Amino acid sequence: QGQFTLLRDSRTDGSFLVHHFLSFYLRAGCKVCFVALLQSFSHYSIVAQKLGVSLAAAKERGQLVFLEGLKSCLDLLFGEGEQPGEPNPLQFLRLCSPDTSFMFSSGSSCDLRALFDFVQASLAPGDGDSWKGPVLLLDDLSVLLSLGAAPVAVLDFIHYCRVSVCCQLKGNIVVLVHSNEDSEDEENELVVNSLCHHSDLILWAEGLATGFCKDVHGQIKIIKRLSLRQAAEQDLVQIYQYKIQDRNVTFFARGLSSAVL
Amino acid sequence: VFTEEDKYGLYSNLLFKYFLAEGIVCGHDLFVASAKEHPDKILKELPAPLLDDTHGKELGDEATAVKSEDFQDSMKIAWRYQNLPKMEANPTTYTKFGHYYDVSKKMSPELCQSVKWHSFYLYEELSFEPKIKAWNMNSGYARLLQSIQRIISQEGFDGSDPQKKQRNVLRIGIQSLGSVLWGDDVCCSDTPEDPHSLTKFLYVLRGLLRKSLSACVITVPAHLMQNKAIMERVTNLSDMVVGLESFIGSERETNPLYKDYHGLVHVHQIPRLNSLICDVSDTKDLAFRLKRKLFTIE
Repeated sequence: QGQFTLLRDSRTDGSFLVHHFLSFYLRAGCKVCFVALLQSFSHYSIVAQKLGVSLAAAKERGQLVFLEGLKSCLDLLFGEGEQPGEPNPLQFLRLCSPDTSFMFSSGSSCDLRALFDFVQASLAPGDGDSWKGPVLLLDDLSVLLSLGAAPVAVLDFIHYCRVSVCCQLKGNIVVLVHSNEDSEDEENELVVNSLCHHSDLILWAEGLATGFCKDVHGQIKIIKRLSLRQAAEQDLVQIYQYKIQDRNVTFFARGLSSAVL
Repeated sequence: VFTEEDKYGLYSNLLFKYFLAEGIVCGHDLFVASAKEHPDKILKELPAPLLDDTHGKELGDEATAVKSEDFQDSMKIAWRYQNLPKMEANPTTYTKFGHYYDVSKKMSPELCQSVKWHSFYLYEELSFEPKIKAWNMNSGYARLLQSIQRIISQEGFDGSDPQKKQRNVLRIGIQSLGSVLWGDDVCCSDTPEDPHSLTKFLYVLRGLLRKSLSACVITVPAHLMQNKAIMERVTNLSDMVVGLESFIGSERETNPLYKDYHGLVHVHQIPRLNSLICDVSDTKDLAFRLKRKLFTIE
């Protein structure tokens, strides 16, 4: 409870971890707020079905609040007009311009406040709610930078979410970010490094250094940041390799893929 | 689908035309956008499709040519699209997706006219009075997005018209996005004035594509982009990214390993949609060559 998990991928696609956590928490009976910035609802729905969970049903019974970023963006830019009292969570897209990114003008706020308000409202306990613990799931944070949000704004947003979800509501947060070792995207690296320092658990999926392989799709590093909570503790690092299948992901110790044995 | 252009844009232009030509042969609607040349001109220069009776013979010639060289692991990749053509009279003896084209011949005007197509030529668009809402984006890109959205909605590609019996696909081709001609300086400056315009454009476009029956191929002069961070972000926002590297003017031109080829194909990213896994092919080292009639990737 109150845990911040960072999903990180380098040289590969770590979204299988997102699919896992989504179905995991829904099956566990948690209330989930899923901020899906890069893919459509049907994409997650189809995969979740293979993993045995119906997103549509979860939405209907109020267990899942799904923010489809692509759709919100279209509503913001092509929509007729905002409904009063319901600001678009992605409104920073219209407010942040190159000159205001680094200074805060009096009127418009170039931050992710609207997105945070959305998250907070989604996970606020309602009457008659019997869900076990709220969860915020976000795929993926790096997109916000591409849309013009400053790194500071992104980190502020995450900070506010932690205070609200992890501390106040005793819920969990799971966030996916992309990062490559030789990346030249300094803003992204800044955000990723900062998040790493403040995460309780880091799941880092990496493509194999030796290149593409049919039987081993990548390696995953599991880092339990014990040093975060207790000063003298060392972080626990475990490394496995994995292969992704249609409905499942198999993990095995390095070099022990069934293809090799 | 995102194509990184080769240095002189020769081969990426060819791929771009293949995409559009395939659309015409399949009966899809087209939307062509460019800041460089008028879309009318692009459409006049599409390669002619090889129809069945002539095609079998052509393929036979090509096939024997390939066999005579010692390529054990070579793989011929035809353009793979979903629909088989309705105009085929005889069933084919081999399964194939898509069609073959003769690069030395132009597509007949009658065939070109057989589909509905829409064009966006930046200079014509800019002359209209702007009706731009505060979008916070390069105006050329914003205009293009509005144009695409209008076509998708008016022609019912987003399923908004329940009366429409037959649903069709819209193929969108955008040429040389990000180049100076679009009013963006991502390709000529390390610190562009508005580094987010291109990525915002792609995000909105992605949204439009996801909610309609459309597919889009964009070519970008990536070799001109000095700010690599932007290319990384662009890659993350695309479903599929293919880079073309031509050997013209490079030391590889004289490398005996590449003597039969004109360039390399780098597949940087493949789509992983609606599934945990993606379709991984056995080989990722691909090269292309342009013969008099045929463009092949092996």
